[in-house]
Amino acid sequence: MESINYQNFRIDAENICVDYNGKVALYDANLRLKPGQICGLVGMNGAGKTTFFNALTGFVNISKGKIRINGESVRSAQKDQTIAYVPQSEGIDSQFPINVWDVVMMGRYGSMNIFRCPRESDVQAVKDAIERVDLTDHLSTPIGNLSGGQRKRTFLARAIAQRASILLLDEPFSGVDIRTEKLISELFIQFKNEGKTILLSTHDMIHVREFCDLVLLINKTVVAYGETSEVFTPENITTTFGGISPDFLFGPES
Amino acid sequence: MELCSFLTLDSFITDPLTHDFMRKALLMSSLVAAVCGFLSSYLTLKGWALMGDAVSHSVMPGVVVAYALGLPFSLGAFIFGVGSVALIGFIKQKSRVKEDTVIGLVFTGFFALGIVLVSKIKSNIDLHSILFGSPLGISLSDVKQTIFISLLVVILLSIFRKDLMLYCFDPRHAKTVGINVLFLHYLLLTCLSLAAVVGLQSVGIILVVAMLITPGATAYLLTDKFDNMTIISVLSAIISSLIGIYISFWFDLETGGSIVLAQTFIFLFAFLFAPRYGIFKLKKFFAGYK
Repeated sequence: MESINYQNFRIDAENICVDYNGKVALYDANLRLKPGQICGLVGMNGAGKTTFFNALTGFVNISKGKIRINGESVRSAQKDQTIAYVPQSEGIDSQFPINVWDVVMMGRYGSMNIFRCPRESDVQAVKDAIERVDLTDHLSTPIGNLSGGQRKRTFLARAIAQRASILLLDEPFSGVDIRTEKLISELFIQFKNEGKTILLSTHDMIHVREFCDLVLLINKTVVAYGETSEVFTPENITTTFGGISPDFLFGPES
Repeated sequence: MELCSFLTLDSFITDPLTHDFMRKALLMSSLVAAVCGFLSSYLTLKGWALMGDAVSHSVMPGVVVAYALGLPFSLGAFIFGVGSVALIGFIKQKSRVKEDTVIGLVFTGFFALGIVLVSKIKSNIDLHSILFGSPLGISLSDVKQTIFISLLVVILLSIFRKDLMLYCFDPRHAKTVGINVLFLHYLLLTCLSLAAVVGLQSVGIILVVAMLITPGATAYLLTDKFDNMTIISVLSAIISSLIGIYISFWFDLETGGSIVLAQTFIFLFAFLFAPRYGIFKLKKFFAGYK
């Protein structure tokens, strides 16, 4: 029997289950992603999208199954700064007294010493990251004074500064302006060319068709998984959204 | 007599300093205020006001038992402070009761236990000084304990300053980059218990939560930078302590209450006149005249 070389997969989640105090949030979920792949994570609210992210980052423990990141445990992925998480806009306190520079610098914390003193290389990484998301004019702006799109870009810059090879993005396109949307989609292409692996959750079906090589449809478990062109069918989407017709969700296809 | 010396600001400030107990009270209360003020920024941003209230009330039986056994009261207080948090976490996880309800019932239970113990253990425990603080009657061994605990908390907070900020801001990111979030959680709880222990000497168990949240809330209205928030929080806490002690000296008022009231007034001032976040937004007001 041919043995699988797990090193080939950036993310390899096998039959993972997550429950919160006995309440099942996700069961028997599988996902395999290679370098340079962009995968859309699609499901209803409460279908387990955020739970899936939490399992991959190690923020919640899985009760069953196995997760390998670059062939290693989640724990060593954390130590190696392999995964970056870009939170949903609602997931952060926008009134927190912190500015753009300091948020992006947090991307470097994991590789700094215990006092988190920035080295020259950290400063450079933060500068470059902020430049890539076009926020150089807002270095010392408190995040509370940014627009939704600018705030999203700040967290994207944090992920870039972290130099992670896997990016998890929770609703990257929700509540952002057109300029930010364009910038994010350009960055996605750059990330892909750099060999980064991207897993993004979204409500917007058009974005899935536009960016995602693969799509993972979930409703507590995997409903369908594969190439977007094959898997992203009206039937599968209807199943994922509990019988609601896709026409209702994103209009009839013309 | 008192009114006469009142007429000059100089004697208003220097007269109390001629008393040994007043010098000690002013110094110790400033130290305690600085510690609580430092921690306050984290607690207000983390949303742990109710947790602060719970821990500070729950230390009551610990203080009583420690006094009765002749142990350092900070030890007993610390054990019960951390114990209450552990119990809150346990009950929350094992039952369907909502968190704020669990917090409320656990800390009142501990507090009641403390009161019952005081009435049963007939010793020279001064209930009044535990409940309302006695910065003017602080003993030498208490001074040593307070200095030791204060330094410990300040050192811990200083070392993990940035990690704790990240933990309050985005624990998920902290976890993702391999920072030990559980450790930070318990570190913050430990500091909270310790700060409650030193704080209760100044203003007593009932009001110590004010020391832990009001300075942070005041600072939050005045700045958008975390470091500045910490500095403002510490300064406003120290100033309130000094004002409170002086006022209580001259007008013969309860000291703990005076300190907290001074904090409340400073908060109200920020609430009304903070440049950006105050009701009257002074910045805009002055800009209009330019």
